[in-house]
Amino acid sequence: MCGIVGLFLKNKSLEPQLGQMLAGMLGTMCERGPDSAGFAVYGSGDSGHVKLTLRGASAKTNFAALAGMVEDAIGAPVLVETHATHAVFTVPAELETAAREAIAAEDKTVKVVSAGNRMEIYKEVGRPDKVAQRFDLAHMKGSHGIGHTRMATESAVTVDGAHPFSTGRDQCLVHNGSLSNHNALRRKLVRKGMSFETENDTEVAAHYLTWRMEEGETLGQALESSIEDLDGFYTFVVGTESGFGVLRDPIACKHAVLAETDDYVAFGTEYRALAVLPGIEKAKVWEAEPATVYFWERH
Amino acid sequence: MPTIDLDATSLRDLNQMLHDLGDGANDTDFHVVNPRGKHAIAAGVDAPITIEVDGNVGYYCGGMNKRANIIVNGSAGVGLAENMMSGRIHVKGDASSSAGATGCGGLLVIDGNASGRCGISARGIDIVVKGGVGHMSAFMAQAGSLIVLGDAGDALGDSIYEARLFVRGSVKSLGSDCIEKSLSDLHKQTLRKLLDEAGVGGEVDVSEFKRYGSARKLYHFHMDNLEAY
Repeated sequence: MCGIVGLFLKNKSLEPQLGQMLAGMLGTMCERGPDSAGFAVYGSGDSGHVKLTLRGASAKTNFAALAGMVEDAIGAPVLVETHATHAVFTVPAELETAAREAIAAEDKTVKVVSAGNRMEIYKEVGRPDKVAQRFDLAHMKGSHGIGHTRMATESAVTVDGAHPFSTGRDQCLVHNGSLSNHNALRRKLVRKGMSFETENDTEVAAHYLTWRMEEGETLGQALESSIEDLDGFYTFVVGTESGFGVLRDPIACKHAVLAETDDYVAFGTEYRALAVLPGIEKAKVWEAEPATVYFWERH
Repeated sequence: MPTIDLDATSLRDLNQMLHDLGDGANDTDFHVVNPRGKHAIAAGVDAPITIEVDGNVGYYCGGMNKRANIIVNGSAGVGLAENMMSGRIHVKGDASSSAGATGCGGLLVIDGNASGRCGISARGIDIVVKGGVGHMSAFMAQAGSLIVLGDAGDALGDSIYEARLFVRGSVKSLGSDCIEKSLSDLHKQTLRKLLDEAGVGGEVDVSEFKRYGSARKLYHFHMDNLEAY
């Protein structure tokens, strides 16, 4: 099962409502994935700063105190925004490595979930609508976002196994399906110097795409390459700083519905996820073709 | 005509009400609004009634239908008219994958396109698609007809038994053991009758269709066919 939702705004005036729209879509997919949920939001940011999304061991993590210690260590201000068990630290881009080292040194229970100029990632075990409420997704702003509700098959129900997975700056991946050659591919990527956090098949796909893009491919080309190299059932939705892409495997048994209006492009595992959007009655709605890459970018 | 608003009435209440209808029911026409992609709308109906749905429906709409006439003014999700026994289902938009799967009888009409696996394992249903059908359509189809006015995707009729396939447009590829066959006058008459029933007028010339069916080479295991299994 699993459910995926994605929303890419073409109309900038809707950006304050991104979180609210995405939360509504995510809520409809609870029964497709009641184990855990997560989402990535591409909000404000600039190329001079990096946003590090941190996950604490519990909501008791004192992120303000941690930020103070990181500020002392790197000698620069750290902007902190806390959302339940997660917090976003915004640091000068050139001090990202120093900030990561300081975080690791000060609190071993805190994990850096993602890094990017604009991307923030939140994920938690539990019912998706409750997870969205806990992080107050409805009040988040941004240009695009991706959400996932998980029914676990290939690895355990843990926060680490929840989607989205991020392995590159401003890059994230959510997945509905299961990959059958993920162990072999993981070994290949480990030999290329990549390190893995989980036994999860989707993390392998995320690393694979990051590797292809490091080799010089665009996201579209990397997705084309994955048709050759990944074996199994999948619908992928991939986010980057400037847009999002969709790919179904050639057998296409994992569902994928797209909708487009003058205001947005939306993705849902089922039409039900799109039915909550404004203007959906007049949208162009279609099913993604097998082995076909769809991609939208901000201009 | 009773109108059922699915924003106000639960799907279970709607379907239970439709299941409770007997042959002599006073109301024979039902109007359903605000479906919003909900699953299993009007599934399991067994009564000579008409149900018209305004909007897009989710999975398994009209599944197992017997005798009812179901009209969807919108598109349908996965498994439309799955295992239909008799009656008629007409979708005015597109249909997702596995439309008419395992259907035993009745007529399914799709005005738009149908996705992959349309008519998979059909056992007597007649399906008319005015647009195209996706990959693996009529896979292992045993009986009935699939008529496609547009194009068909990859592997049409793979491992087909005795269902009849008629395609007016192009076929991307034929599946194992599916071949083109001659279109006789008898086939043209059958085709005309089904097109008339589907509301497709004389503007469509039946001689423009090609017929496909089983080469009957895979019915029994044969060592030479090992690669095809």
